[in-house]
Amino acid sequence: MSQNILEVKNLSKFFPIKKGLFLRHVADVRAVDYVSFHVRQGETLGLVGESGCGKSTLGRTLIRLYEPTSGSIRFKGEDFLKVRGESLRKMRKDMQMIFQDPYASLDPRMTVGQILTQPFEIHNIMTPSERLERVKQLLETVGLKASHVNRYPHEFSGGQRQRISIARAIALNPSLVIADEPVSALDVSIQAQILNLMKDLQEKLKLTYVFISHDLSVIEHLCDRIAVMYLGKIVEIATRDELFSNPKHPYTQALISAIPRVGEGKKKMKKSLSGEVPSPINPPSGCHFHPRCAHKKDICSQKAPALESVTGNSEHRSACWLTTQGGL
Amino acid sequence: MILPRPFDTHGHPFSEEAVLSDVVLKVKDLETTFFSKAGPFRAVNKISYEIRKGETLGIVGESGCGKSVTSFSLMRLIEKPGQITGGSAVLNGRDLLKLSEPEMQKVRGDEMAMIFQEPMTALNPVLTIGQQIDEQILMHKNVTPAEAKERSIEMLSLVGIPSPAERYTNYPHQLSGGMRQRAMIAMALSCNPTFLIADEPTTALDVTIQAQILELIQTLQEKLNMTVQFITHDLGVISEIADRTLVMYGGQFCEMGNTQEIFKNPLHPYTHALIGSRPRFGNRVQRLTTIEGSVPAPHEYPAGCPFTNRCSRATEQCRMQKPPVQELSPGHQVACFHPMGAR
Repeated sequence: MSQNILEVKNLSKFFPIKKGLFLRHVADVRAVDYVSFHVRQGETLGLVGESGCGKSTLGRTLIRLYEPTSGSIRFKGEDFLKVRGESLRKMRKDMQMIFQDPYASLDPRMTVGQILTQPFEIHNIMTPSERLERVKQLLETVGLKASHVNRYPHEFSGGQRQRISIARAIALNPSLVIADEPVSALDVSIQAQILNLMKDLQEKLKLTYVFISHDLSVIEHLCDRIAVMYLGKIVEIATRDELFSNPKHPYTQALISAIPRVGEGKKKMKKSLSGEVPSPINPPSGCHFHPRCAHKKDICSQKAPALESVTGNSEHRSACWLTTQGGL
Repeated sequence: MILPRPFDTHGHPFSEEAVLSDVVLKVKDLETTFFSKAGPFRAVNKISYEIRKGETLGIVGESGCGKSVTSFSLMRLIEKPGQITGGSAVLNGRDLLKLSEPEMQKVRGDEMAMIFQEPMTALNPVLTIGQQIDEQILMHKNVTPAEAKERSIEMLSLVGIPSPAERYTNYPHQLSGGMRQRAMIAMALSCNPTFLIADEPTTALDVTIQAQILELIQTLQEKLNMTVQFITHDLGVISEIADRTLVMYGGQFCEMGNTQEIFKNPLHPYTHALIGSRPRFGNRVQRLTTIEGSVPAPHEYPAGCPFTNRCSRATEQCRMQKPPVQELSPGHQVACFHPMGAR
């Protein structure tokens, strides 16, 4: 069994809501609500959920773009939340991020060459001429031309821009890359190019991915293990095959049944879930999912279930009173 | 010569009579041009299709393929520098493109209606939901304001909005995305249109809410016996909701036929590649098929088939000549000189 590159324990990120003249703290948006999981070296962990479930906040908190409210993150065995200053910068070199919108994540006033040399300047690696060589090499690695180095982002299409973002993310040979909806803004045919590129790079550079997406078909294609989030909590986590063949949590089941299937013919749509995601400011008591759940019992509205192993499979964990009490 | 006859979803030909009476919308050689500074650009280039009563036709394609412009052309909502430059679109026996603007205003919202992708930009933020639905009913139907209000509330409850009387007084920003889309559907259906255009109605929504909205559209379609033109870029959605599908690329007709047939036996290389590039749930492959390059800029299209530059089967003929639409198997049409192996 491979090593854990990332270990997350009881991580939470609350955004305070302040009101009034003295900015009194009135409530919190509980974007990430005591989440624990690990990521193994070389694997792709998928984070899936609907908008507002906290998956992007979790991704950003993992590399401390947001300072967590509580909890711990161990990266390669070291306590990532304790490091400061120079040592934090060194550790961050090893973890990079790809963002959703390639139009917003690249500075429009910098050339591609400048964008891609920045990581080397920040970490003071290599001489300027070596950097240029490396940048050209990077462009070719991600399927662009070395001659593109003096162009500006607006001269590229969406797919090409996302390639530039990927080149920037892999520039310093990181071991962990967090990809936040990297293909959601792209057309179907371009999505396929980027997904293939990410798979190739993972093999070539031995990368570990945390892949955030709302699209279960993309998640199924790319990920080894999958964590399903709902209102700031992980409700189920399992290996890909196990999760899709044997989903335990009613929310996961609903999510899977709501995926439109390509090429299976017209059918009468079934409503998989009624209602909508409640506000994370004042989430429902007990299990956050109980107001929309078809199988709820009394206990569900009183006490929150813990993320516990499903019987007979230590890799498969679900946070549901029904699974911990003998299954649905 | 025997004229090709349309087939129903089971592959049986319709009777002559049914063919004549059943067609709700017949679009012929529709052409919409945008006159930009860089020269004219045909966003919709001689598209022809028809939709039969009660049927759902899906139009699928990537951004810039002209699927939305086609719909806006039918609604006559094309604004300058765009202009409908040719063709006809006969709805229930009348050519929409020949109507005067006042006549069109009577048709729009009454006989035909449209649901847009982004409910937040399609709804007026300074009017309540109720005012906006009332306005449409009062314009088209001979009713009193009180009757219009009653009808609006009835519509809100029909689309599954809880406490409709209260929602009637709400402003769009007070509703969630899914509720806003429901309110827009209520508005579109308030005058009992026979023909509904849905332009990416679920693209901005989460997958569980998407399932709710698709279910709602299907149920209402059956209940009100509507004909639907459904536009989306999502192959999964199209294959679950459309009886027949039209695939567009670069403003042109690629392929049209029974939806299941298109997914099973795609004839156009673009359709084939598009299906291959989408991860298919429960059908994993190691690598996805990709389409090399990207959609060309408006003025970079070749004179012939718009897909030429990205197509593995393209020849010199494709570059120079526009392929004609031909019916290769009953009800399955394709515009390609080198179609994929037909069944």
